[in-house]
Order: sequence, then structure tokens, then C-alpha cells
Amino acid sequence: MTSPSLTDTPPPPAGNDVHSAVSGKAVRPGDRIFLGFSRGSGIALLVIMAAIAAFLTYRSVLAISGDKANFFTTLDWNPTGVEPKFGIAVLAFGTAVSSVIAMAIAVPVAVGIALFISHYAPRRLASPLGYVIDLLAAVPSIIYGLWGALFLVPHLTGLYSWFDDYLGWTGIFAYGDGAARSLFTVGILLAIMILPIVTSVSREVFLQVPKMHEEAALALGATRWEVIRMSVLPFGRSGVISASMLGLGRALGETMAVATVLSPSFLINTSLLDPGGGTFAQNIASKFSEADEFGQDALIASGLVLFVITLLVNGAARLIIARRKEYSGANA
Amino acid sequence: MAKRIDVSGLSAYYGNHKAIDDISMTVEPRSVTAFIGPSGCGKSTFLRTLNRMHEVTPGGHVEGKVMLDDENLYGSGVDPVAVRRTVGMVFQRPNPFPTMSIFDNVAAGLRLNGSYKKSELKDIVEKSLKGANLWNEVKDRLNKPGSGLSGGQQQRLCIARAIAVEPQVLLMDEPCSALDPISTLAIEDLIGELKERFTIVIVTHNMQQAARVSDRTAFFNLAAVGQPGKLIEIDETERIFSNPSVQATEDYISGRFG
Ligand SMILES: Nc1ncnc2c1ncn2[C@@H]1O[C@H](COP(=O)(O)OP(=O)(O)OP(=O)(O)O)[C@@H](O)[C@H]1O
Ligand SMILES: [Mg+2]
Repeated sequence: MTSPSLTDTPPPPAGNDVHSAVSGKAVRPGDRIFLGFSRGSGIALLVIMAAIAAFLTYRSVLAISGDKANFFTTLDWNPTGVEPKFGIAVLAFGTAVSSVIAMAIAVPVAVGIALFISHYAPRRLASPLGYVIDLLAAVPSIIYGLWGALFLVPHLTGLYSWFDDYLGWTGIFAYGDGAARSLFTVGILLAIMILPIVTSVSREVFLQVPKMHEEAALALGATRWEVIRMSVLPFGRSGVISASMLGLGRALGETMAVATVLSPSFLINTSLLDPGGGTFAQNIASKFSEADEFGQDALIASGLVLFVITLLVNGAARLIIARRKEYSGANA
Repeated sequence: MAKRIDVSGLSAYYGNHKAIDDISMTVEPRSVTAFIGPSGCGKSTFLRTLNRMHEVTPGGHVEGKVMLDDENLYGSGVDPVAVRRTVGMVFQRPNPFPTMSIFDNVAAGLRLNGSYKKSELKDIVEKSLKGANLWNEVKDRLNKPGSGLSGGQQQRLCIARAIAVEPQVLLMDEPCSALDPISTLAIEDLIGELKERFTIVIVTHNMQQAARVSDRTAFFNLAAVGQPGKLIEIDETERIFSNPSVQATEDYISGRFG
């Protein structure tokens, strides 16, 4: 950590250094300033993060210890009164379900679009298409929320009734005739929202596949699709995983769009198409302004759980990537 | 197994830039033909027109005819994918599929071509690796990634991959330029064995190598930078290196050029 000093004398203050150029212990003032600055901001960042973590943990502990019901399994959110009872089961379920639906729809579609742009579309079409997709990533989420509530919700009822007719017996796809303000709708909306970022990162990765890997497949007589299967997808695999994680991070934490579309309730619905349910972020957004101090603590505790989930998901993704490192294109 | 290549009036372009001009030559089956010439004269470009890899480059197109026995590779209705299955290629930089095991690398072309039983696949992979003089070095780690081999081993893996599909012709673009002298010798020996079964075309900057491995040698040159490359002459290797009929060839071989 300290600057190298080969002699016994203490290093002179910056600027006063009169040693010859070859003595090897001159520290230029610019280096000093930059070192001090970067070290300082690094430490400041750590301190701020530690402060946030301590604050969140402290208030969460207050909340969980004041909870008269099980914080993890209770299907209720009632932190006021003398017998506060609240739990995150509904929120965890809703967040998981809507994110899984979003990923299941968005990732394959995004990979398809990215491959189309990088390997199929003529160049004249590819760059404007890529540009439009990058633009979509910049649309604020409340806009998606409004579009979801005003367009998507009324237009999905037909599809959901069709699901109900053919798949209603599964229970998961049963549908009454309420508004389609359900977790499934949220999943679809989240899929649309994360599509641009997943597409755009995947496309970058696919464009970086070294020519020689693609030519290796071509020279064996691979068709375009076979080149993609043999060279492009394996090379892009970890990049697509990272892109998906970016998307998942956005889906897990999305607040305004979910709050605008979902009609929340503290029930775990077997049907994903019927309205109801909730997510961590949506629940915090809709309850925070009216909560008393203990109510805020309860919401903060739920936020901490979301944070931990996000960390775990990211860790898992890193593990997947690292496990296949030996086979990645990096060491070719 | 091996076929004759008959090129006539072949020019290749990158967009508007003409890289090689009006090349005609015959490559005999079961022989090694070496391409030599200064950098930028279009050896790689010409080689890549022989398995329709040239048109993979954006803007790349070709005029003229390449006959493989009696079939024009550039005839209408000829599928370039099918051409590349008959005319194999080894590149300057070893390029095994980094995500595949050694076994899967060799089997990759076979799996493209059709379905094989597991035992058949194993036999062909073993035969190809033996053909590429690599079997003894990798037989205990066939399931390890191909990218974990040394450069010379990787190049021989690429050769095994190319010969596994039993092509009619094998094109090699400076296959030894990234290798040490020992690996180079191993690959030169290998080329000597492979020519019993395949028609081989090799691009090289190494005169001794051309003299050692090839039966016939073609010399390419270009009039000036930016001009298209041309075939100056093609003849028996011995003649090219002892008594070429064109002065430019002699200058190039003896190091008097520019
Ligand atoms: N992808 C490309 N796009 C445009 N021009 C190219 C491309 N590849 C090669 N060329 C041009 O075509 C000409 C022939 O290049 P080529 O690579 O065939 O030469 P070469 O004889 O193989 O050279 P070297 O011995 O250095 O490998 C050169 O003028 C080069 O600039
Ligand atoms: Mg070349």
C-alpha cells in the first residue's frame, strides 16, 4: 500500500523531492494527488455503503423482532396496532413468479433478436434496428407502466380467457373475468421492459465472436445456423448470462411499472392470471408514504430481503460463468 | 477420394478492389501444391476462393471458374456449404472450437454431415487423430478442452478435424507460421503422409518448406501495392527452385526483390 522506499530516510513531502531522476524514489506530485484522491473516494464509498447496510440492518432487526407473526411465512401485511403481523411470503412469491415469467419470455426473444441483428440482418437494417432497441432501453419505467395499464391490461383479457379454456384445468392458468392486473401481466410487462437491455448486451457479445471461430465452423461446411450453434452461442454464453442478470436485476427491483399495473392483494393465488399478489418493490412503493415509523421498518426489512435475493442471484450467475471458464473462448 | 482442381480466369474482389486477377492453373490430385509470393499478393484470397470461403467476407465476390473434377464450384445451384464439406481448410492461426473437448472438435464436422453411431464416431476420431500424429499425446484427455493444448498440438487438432470428414481437397494457409521448428517438422511429415489420400494446397512464406513438402509450386506476385496479384508461374517444385522460367521468380526465391 505504501509507496516503495528503498532508503531508510522517511520520504520527503511531495514537491520537495530533489533526488536525482534515477534514484527511483521520486513520487511525482500528480501521482500523489491522484493516489490520495482515488484512495479517499474508495474509502468514502466503503464508509457510505457500510453506513447504509448498518442502517438497513438495524431498522430491519427492529421490525422483525417486533413482528408478532413469522416474518417469512405470514400471508399478511399489517404492521400497525398493538399486534403487528406481517410477512414477506406473498412478496417473495410475486417477485419470483413475475421475474421468472419475464426471464422466460425475454431471454429467448432477446437472444433471437440479437442474433438476427448480429448475424442475419443486412447491415443497412442492422444498425437502425440496434439503435431503436438501445432507445427503448432509455424509456422511463412509468411510461411502460402507463402503457401496461392502459393498453396491455385490457388487451390481455382475450388471451387469458383462451388460456382458461384450454389450460384452465391446470389451476395455474385459470382465469375468472376480472381485469388482467395479475402477476402474469406484470411478467409480460417486465419482459418487454428488460428486452432492450438483454438484447443490446447480447448483440455486443455476439458481434465480438472472433472471425476465426466462425470461420472454423464455416470451413467444415456449417450452415449459418450451425455456425451460430458451434461458435457464436458457446462464445457468447457467459455474456448472455451476464445480460440476463442485468435484466433480472431490473425485473426484481422494478417498482413503478408493477405498481401501476398490478392490483395488489396479500394472497398467494394459485392462478397466475387472476389479479392479486405483490412484489417487494411494488409493496414498498405503495405503502411507504402512509406507513408510520414501525411500518417503515417493516418495509425496510422486506427491502433487505430483496437485496439479499439479488446478491444471491448474481453470485449464482458468477458461479455458472466461472465453472465453464476452462471452456470459454478467453484462453483460445 | 482426391480430386483435380482446374481454375480458369479467376478474379476475386473485395468490394471494388480487385485482389487477384485472371488466374488459371491446375492442381493435380494426390499431390502437394505450394503457393509462394510476397505479402499481399493474394495467396490467401486465392486459396479461399477454392472452397468458396472468399464470399464470406462482406463484399467478397469472384469471377471465373473453379472446376473440381467436372463440377464448377461457382456454377449456379451449387451450395457453398456443400463445397466446404468437400474442400477442407486449415488456417494460419490454430482455431479449435474453444468450448468443445478434443473429441468433440474432431467430431464436429462429422456431426454436421450426418448421424453416426457412438462407436463409429469413436473410430473415426481415433483414426483422424492418428492421421494428424496427435493421438498419442491426447488419447488420455479426449474430454479436455481443445484450447488447453499447445499451439502445435492445436494446429494438428485442426488438421484432424479437417481430415475427419474425408474431404477431397485440403487447403492450408500458412499452417506452420505460428509454430516452433519441431511442430513444423511434425506437420510437414504429416503433409507428406496426407498427400497419399488428399489433394493438398499449402500457402507458405518459408521457401525451404515449399521445397521440402511440395510437388509443384506456384509463384504469385503483384506489380505494385494496390494492384491485383497475379500468378507468375506454376511448375514442378524442383524446376521453380533450380531453374524457373521467369526472372521475377528467381529474384524472389533468391531474395532479390523490391
Ligand atoms: N478482408 C479484406 N477486405 C479488403 N481487402 C482485403 C481483405 N483481405 C485481404 N485484402 C486485400 O487483398 C489483397 C490480397 O490479400 P491476401 O490476404 O490474399 O494476401 P496474401 O498473399 O495472403 O498475404 P500474406 O502473405 O501477408 O498472407 C491485399 O491487397 C489485401 O489488402
Ligand atoms: Mg495470407
